[in-house]
Amino acid sequence: MENHFDAIIVGAGAAGLTAGIYLSRAKMSTLILNEGAVGGQMVLTHEIANYPGVENVSGYALARTMKTQAQKFGCKIKSNIKITSLDLNDRLKKVVVNNKDVYTSDAVIIATGGKSRMIGAIGEEDFKGRGISYCATCDGDFFQDKEIIVVGGGNSALEEAVSLTKYASKVTIVHQFDHFQALDHYVEEAKNNDKISFIMESKIIEFIGNEKLESVKIQHQRTNEINELKIDGVFVFIGYVPNTESLQGKIELNKWNEIIVDNNMKTNIQGVYAAGDSIQKKYRQVTTAVADGTIAALSASEYINNIKKEITEYELAQSEVVNESN
Amino acid sequence: MLNTNLTHITSESEHSELLSNNENVMICCGRMGPMCIPVYEVMEELEEEYKNIKFADMAFDSPDAKVIRNLPEVRGFQGLPFTIYYKNGKVVKATSSIQSRDQITDILDEHFGK
Repeated sequence: MENHFDAIIVGAGAAGLTAGIYLSRAKMSTLILNEGAVGGQMVLTHEIANYPGVENVSGYALARTMKTQAQKFGCKIKSNIKITSLDLNDRLKKVVVNNKDVYTSDAVIIATGGKSRMIGAIGEEDFKGRGISYCATCDGDFFQDKEIIVVGGGNSALEEAVSLTKYASKVTIVHQFDHFQALDHYVEEAKNNDKISFIMESKIIEFIGNEKLESVKIQHQRTNEINELKIDGVFVFIGYVPNTESLQGKIELNKWNEIIVDNNMKTNIQGVYAAGDSIQKKYRQVTTAVADGTIAALSASEYINNIKKEITEYELAQSEVVNESN
Repeated sequence: MLNTNLTHITSESEHSELLSNNENVMICCGRMGPMCIPVYEVMEELEEEYKNIKFADMAFDSPDAKVIRNLPEVRGFQGLPFTIYYKNGKVVKATSSIQSRDQITDILDEHFGK
């Protein structure tokens, strides 16, 4: 069957590409299907300085290398496609792409990753790229000598707030809690920066402007008091949500919609594995995604080999029955 | 010059030549950054599918990119890349920041057809 593969991997971020490298190198026919651009969240990282063995590399370059590695071992990759149907329950898994192309496999690895969490406030969609940004390295220089807000209280938010002071005249960090989740040294660095001020226990509830963002409404979480603040830009760093909307009801998810897996990356469905940022775990790094992808691929390989062995034994037994009856 | 497989526009004259010689043109003006790269990748894939459209890129920081940076249609844009769609030399649509394949094909289908 031309469209049958030993394994189909859904997602081409660090976890999916790693699984692709391992499976293809183990001579498993492997197809990676990816709804976005190859590289996932990794591509959104300007510089990766903590990937062991590589001193400094852009997320884009690392993703390109992983893609080339997988392809060199024979892995097929289809990116920017739309998965219109995913049937995981039968022994033979079935994936339909763009409502027309049908692919089957013995095993599936879900590595759909995550996406930036949005605030969900009024006007957020309208001012994306017109004052609201999710990437400091991309858009920071549009805000030279301007006043901006950074939303969030984790490592990324505080680190990017400090880096944005290179451009902005003033940076206000808006955070929903009364304390930060970021590591102490990030908090300390932000607090020691004269350009940074803080609005705690507060959320942006509305973005206001015409051609571009002009102000925001901020609500205090305890008092419900609302204040309007004139602002040139808002950078949002409030974490990620897993890309698992299309898996609801098909696979076991936790209350945060993360895929539940065991230590071998097995899901609750036989022959279906998951890896990377879409699974239930605490730490989300390129290195942890790579580790997940490796484990998922090795588990899937073992499963596929067992299936192939069972099929061979069954076919052998069937041919013996036929021979005896003749 | 940007590290893509698209046609590169490096000067104002190349920009006007491209618009004169092609009815339907999509130009992505950006850097090799996280929000720009996915758009270039989608464009590279769409080149095969949309033969009636000329796909090109232009480095945002090149001085000649003022032909895009100064367009009235990008006033208010504060996110890279700036993506401009031209029909017969006129801007029919402009977007700021990252766009998905679906968002891009919706615009191409609406303004240029297949």
